[in-house]
Amino acid sequence: MDVLSQLRHQLADYTNSLHRDGFLDDQFSQLQQLQDESSPDFAMEVVSLFFEDCQKLVTNMARALELQAVDFKQVDSSVHQLKGSSSSVGAARIKNLCVAFKTCCDSQNRDGCMRCLQEVNRECVLLKNKLQTLFRLEQQIISAGGSIPM
Amino acid sequence: MEINNSSSSSEGIEEMEEMEMEIEVLPSMWPEDIDSEKPYNVERPAGDGEQDMLEEVTIRAAASAVDFHHLKALTSYTDRGSHQMSHLMRHWEHQQANAVRLLREELDILSRQREEVELKKLEILEHFQFEEDNCKRPISILDKHVELYGDGVPRKKFVDFVVRSDRRVELAAESDTVAYWKARAANLEKLLEASVHREQILVEKLEENMKELEGQGSPVEELSQILKRADNFLHFVLQNAPVVIGHQDKELKYRFIYNQYPSLNEQDILGKTDVEIFKGAGVRESQDFKKEVLEKGVPAKREIAFETELFGLKTFLIYVEPVFSKSGETIGVNYMGMDVTDQVRKREKMAKIREEIAVQKAKETELNKTIHITEETMRAKQMLATMSHEIRSPLSGVVSMAEILSNTNLDREQRNLLNVMISSGDLVLQLINDILDLSKVESGVMKLEATKFRPREVVKHVLQTAAASLQKVLTLEGRIADDVPIEVTGDVLRIRQILTNLISNAIKFTHDGKVGIDLYIVSDPGCGRAEENHKKLMLDQATANGRKEEQCTSTSQSCNGHQNGYHNDNKHVDGASHNHKLNDNKPRTPVKNENTRDRGGEEEEEDECHVQETTVWLRCDVYDTGIGIPENALPNLFKKYMQASTDHARKYGGTGLGLAICKQLVELMGGQLTVTSRVNHGSTFTFVLPYKVSPACDSSSDDQDELSDMTDHTNASVSDQDETAGFFQFQPRLLGSLFSSSNGPIRTPKLVPNSFGNTNSPPLNGFLEDGNSSFPSSGIGSKETTTSFEDAYSTVESIGTTSEPGTLFGSVSKECQNGELRSTESSRRTNSEESTSGSQGSCLSTENPDRSSQQCSSSGNNTSHAEADKVKPMPRILLVEDNKINVMVTQSMMKQLGHSIEVVNNGIEAVKAIQRHYYDLVLMDVHMPVMDGLQATRIIRSFEDSGSWDEAAKAGIELPAASSEPSTNGHNSHPNSRDRIPIIAMTANALSESAEECYANGMDSFVSKPVTFQKLKACMDEYLP
Repeated sequence: MDVLSQLRHQLADYTNSLHRDGFLDDQFSQLQQLQDESSPDFAMEVVSLFFEDCQKLVTNMARALELQAVDFKQVDSSVHQLKGSSSSVGAARIKNLCVAFKTCCDSQNRDGCMRCLQEVNRECVLLKNKLQTLFRLEQQIISAGGSIPM
Repeated sequence: MEINNSSSSSEGIEEMEEMEMEIEVLPSMWPEDIDSEKPYNVERPAGDGEQDMLEEVTIRAAASAVDFHHLKALTSYTDRGSHQMSHLMRHWEHQQANAVRLLREELDILSRQREEVELKKLEILEHFQFEEDNCKRPISILDKHVELYGDGVPRKKFVDFVVRSDRRVELAAESDTVAYWKARAANLEKLLEASVHREQILVEKLEENMKELEGQGSPVEELSQILKRADNFLHFVLQNAPVVIGHQDKELKYRFIYNQYPSLNEQDILGKTDVEIFKGAGVRESQDFKKEVLEKGVPAKREIAFETELFGLKTFLIYVEPVFSKSGETIGVNYMGMDVTDQVRKREKMAKIREEIAVQKAKETELNKTIHITEETMRAKQMLATMSHEIRSPLSGVVSMAEILSNTNLDREQRNLLNVMISSGDLVLQLINDILDLSKVESGVMKLEATKFRPREVVKHVLQTAAASLQKVLTLEGRIADDVPIEVTGDVLRIRQILTNLISNAIKFTHDGKVGIDLYIVSDPGCGRAEENHKKLMLDQATANGRKEEQCTSTSQSCNGHQNGYHNDNKHVDGASHNHKLNDNKPRTPVKNENTRDRGGEEEEEDECHVQETTVWLRCDVYDTGIGIPENALPNLFKKYMQASTDHARKYGGTGLGLAICKQLVELMGGQLTVTSRVNHGSTFTFVLPYKVSPACDSSSDDQDELSDMTDHTNASVSDQDETAGFFQFQPRLLGSLFSSSNGPIRTPKLVPNSFGNTNSPPLNGFLEDGNSSFPSSGIGSKETTTSFEDAYSTVESIGTTSEPGTLFGSVSKECQNGELRSTESSRRTNSEESTSGSQGSCLSTENPDRSSQQCSSSGNNTSHAEADKVKPMPRILLVEDNKINVMVTQSMMKQLGHSIEVVNNGIEAVKAIQRHYYDLVLMDVHMPVMDGLQATRIIRSFEDSGSWDEAAKAGIELPAASSEPSTNGHNSHPNSRDRIPIIAMTANALSESAEECYANGMDSFVSKPVTFQKLKACMDEYLP
C-alpha cells in the first residue's frame, strides 16, 4: 500500500513537471479523462498513434525538403496535420513549433523549415520518452493494485 | 731509520705539492675578482656613470659631435662628473689593495715553506751528528732540542720524539756495520740536494711573481680597457637605434649631440638652439618643453609631433633631464629623442578602428532593438488576433445564453437588466470582431473572396436586418438602379459588412427621418473621386469596351434621373403582382408576371451582355437625415478609435473602429470610401467598388433559376421577384409590432407540432405569413400592405390551404434562419403582459445576424424535438475530419457524451454521406484535403436551398443512384430532409479560418480546436437538446 502511494506521488509529480515544462497542456488531461473501464488504455493508444503519425509526417517532410524544388504546399499540409494532431493530444511544444513551422512554409524558407523539422523531430523523441516513462509509471501503479485515474 | 727517512721525505713532497696547489689556486682567484666587478661595469652606462660614459663614447664615435672644453668643464663642475671620477678612483684603489693582499699572502706561504725546509736541514744534520758520536750522552740531544724549542717551532718536539724512539730500535738492530752508515750518508746527501733544488725553484717562482705584479702596474690602462668595453657595448646597442642623444646648456644651445643618421653637420648644430636649427611645427614646443624642464629641475617625457623641412612629418618621444652643477644649479639639460612616428600612426589607426567598432556596435544594438520591437509588435498583433478569437467564442456563448434567458418569463426589471447585459455583450463582440478585422487587414492576412452575389439581395438583406433591430421611428429604404446587374462577382461578405456598418452608423446618428442606400452604376470613377482606382480599372478594360460601357452607363444614369417615378410605377405593379401571386396558388402566373416585367429590366442588361467579362463600378450611397458631421471632424473620421467628438462618443457609444474598417476594406477591394455631410441635415457615405460581371453566365443562370423556381415552391418565386426589385422600404416598426401582437396570443407553443402539418387554421398561417411574406410585403410598397393588413392575412390563408405540410415547414424554417424571429419570440411571450405593450423593445433586440440564426436553429430544433418525442431516434451525428487522432479523440469524447458518431474524412465524403442519410448535426473540419469544409458546407446549403445537388455535381460528386430517390421523395416522407442541418465548423486558427468565413459559407457555429469535452458538450446541448 505504501509502495502504491509512493508511486502515485511519483506519477503526480511527473505529470506536473511535464505540464510545468510545457510538454503537455490541458488537452492531455482531457485525454486522460476519456479513459474508463471500456477503454483503459485510450490515452496510450492515441499517443502511440500520434507518434506513428509524427514519424510518418516527419519522414515525409524531410523527403519533401530534400528535393530540389520543395513543394511547400505539401510540407504545409503535413505541418497542418501535425499541428492538428499535436493539439489534439495536448503536445503543446510540438504544437507551438508547428506554428513557427507554418510561417516558415508560408514564406518558403527552406532553411527555416529544415530547422523547424529538426526541432519537431527532437521534440517528438523527447516527448515520446517522457510519455513512455509516464505510462510505465501508470502501469506500475496498476500492477501494484492501484487504478488510473486515481 | 730508513723507513723514517722515506716517510719524512715523502711528507716533504706532499707539502710541496700542497703548496703548489695553493699557488695554482691563487691566479684563478684573480680574474674572479675582476669578474665580480663586471656587472658593475655594465650597469654603469645606465646608472650613475651614464653621462661620463656617453662623453667618452662621443669622443670616439664618428657620428657624434662634442665640445671638448665644455665636456671637461662638465666633468669637473657637475656633481655627477666628480662622483663619476671618484668612483673610478675608488675602484682602482680597491683593485690595487686586492693585489697587495694577494702578494702578501703568497709571501707568507713562501716564507713558511722556507722555514720548513730549514727545519728539515737541521734534522738531517742532527742525524749526522748522532752517527758520528755514537755513544754521546743523550743530554746533548736534549740541549739541541731545547735550542730548537727556543726557536719556536712547536712541531719539532714531536718529530724529535719520534726520531728518538726510532733510533733506539735501529740502534739495537744494525748499529755496527760501517757500510750501512755510509750508504745512509749518501742517501741523505741526495735528499739534501733535492731539497736545495726545490728551494731554488721556489725562489725563482717568487721572483717571477714579483715581476708579474710589477708589470701589472698602472690604473689608467685598466680603466681605459673598461671604458673601451663599455664603449663597444654602447656602440653595439645604439648602432641602429633611431635615437638622438644630446646635451644642451643653460641657453639651450647644443653642446653635444649623438645622431646615428645625421642630416646636419656638427658645426650646424653645436652652439645653436633648436629654434635656430629647425623651422616648422613642433620645434617651438620642444624648445619650450626643454625650458620648462630646465626651470623645474625635474626630468620629464613628452611626445612631440614635428613637421619640419628637414625630416618631414615625424613624431618624437622626447626625454629631457636637467643637469645640475655641484652647487645644485641647473646648468643644462640632457636630451634624448626617439622616433615613434610609426607607433603613433599605428596607435591612431587603432584608436580610429576602435572608435569605428564602437560606433558599429552601437548601431548594431540599435538595430537589434528595432528588430526586437518590430517582432514584438508583430507578435502583439498576432496575439491580439488570437486573443480576440479566444475571447469571442466564450463571449458569444454568454450572449446567446442571455438571449435564451430573455425568452423566459422575466419581470420588467430582470428584463431590463438582461437587455443591458445583452447589449453590452454585443458591443464587446462587435469590438472584438472589429479588432480582429483590423488586425487582419493590417497584417495582410485578409483574403478577398470572389463569389457571385446579387447586389439587390444584399442591400435588401442589410436593410432588413437593420429594420429588425431598429429601435427608432425611422424609414429605411433602398434604391437600386435597374441597370445594376443581377449578379456580380466580388467579396459579398465584406461588402455586406461595409454596408451593415454604414447603415448601423447612420441609424445610430439619425433620430428621425430616413436612412437609405442608393446603388447605381458609375461609368468612370476617374471623373468622380476615385481617380487612382479608375486608372487601375482602365488597364483592365479594353478601350473599346470602355467606350461602350460609358455610353451604356450614360443611359443608365438618365434612367437614374427619373428613377423615383419609375419605381413608384413599379411599386404598384409589384404590389399588384405580389398580391396576385399570393392569391393564386398556381405558381406559373407570377412567374409569367415576373418574366414580362423582367424583360424591361433585362433589355438594358442585354447591352452589357455582349461583353464577355467586364468590370462594373457600382457606387453605393448610404445616406441619412441625421445629426451630420462637422467639417473639422471629417479628417479624423476614418481613423482608428476616433469619433467625431468625445461628446459623441459619450452620447452614442461605439468603438470608433467601424469606419476605419470600412475604409480599409473598401481600399483593399480597390475602391474608395468618401463622405459628405451637413450638420443637422445628414451625411452621405459613398463607396465606389469595381465588380466583375459575366453576362453570359448571368442570363443563363437566371433562366435556370427561373426554371427551378417554377418547379420549386412558392418562396422561390418570392426570391425570384427580388432579383429585379429596385426599391425596398421598411417603415417604422409600428408595423412589426402590430404583426407580432396579433399573432402572439393565437399561436401557443403547444399548438406548433400539430398545427404545422395538418391544420390550415388561420393562427398558424398568420405566423407563416409573417415569416414568409415579410420580405415582399415590406419590400414592395409596404404602404399598401400596412393599410391592408387583412389583405395579407387572406393571402396567407390561401397558401396555407393549398401548400403541403412539408413545404410549409421548410419555408418557415428557412425564413427563420434569415433572421425573422419576431413571431417565435412573441409566441413565447404570449401570456406575459409585455408581449403586447413592451414587445417592441425586446423583439428588436436582435441585431446580430449570427445570433439570430442561432436562435432560429434552436427554435427549429424545438419543433424537431417535439416531433422526436414521438419517434425518439438517436441523433445522427456526422464528423468530417481527416486527422486520425482528432477523429479518435472526438469520437471518444462523443462516446462519453452518449453519442455515437459517423466519420468521414473529407468534404466530398461528407456530401456523399449527406446525400445518403439525414443527419441531425455535422461537425465539419475546415481544413481538409480533397475538399475543405467550407466548400462542402456550401454544397450542402445549396442543396437545402434549391433541393438539387447541382453544386455537388459541379464539384464532381455524383449523386448515388440508389439514394437519389429517397432524397427527392424525402420532402414528403421525411419532413426534415430539406431542413437546415446544423453544421458546426471545427477551426484551428483564428486568422486563416475565421469564424466569419464559416458563417459566410453557411455554417452555424464553430468549435475551436483542440476540441474539449466542455466545448463539445456545449455544442451538443445547443444543437441537440
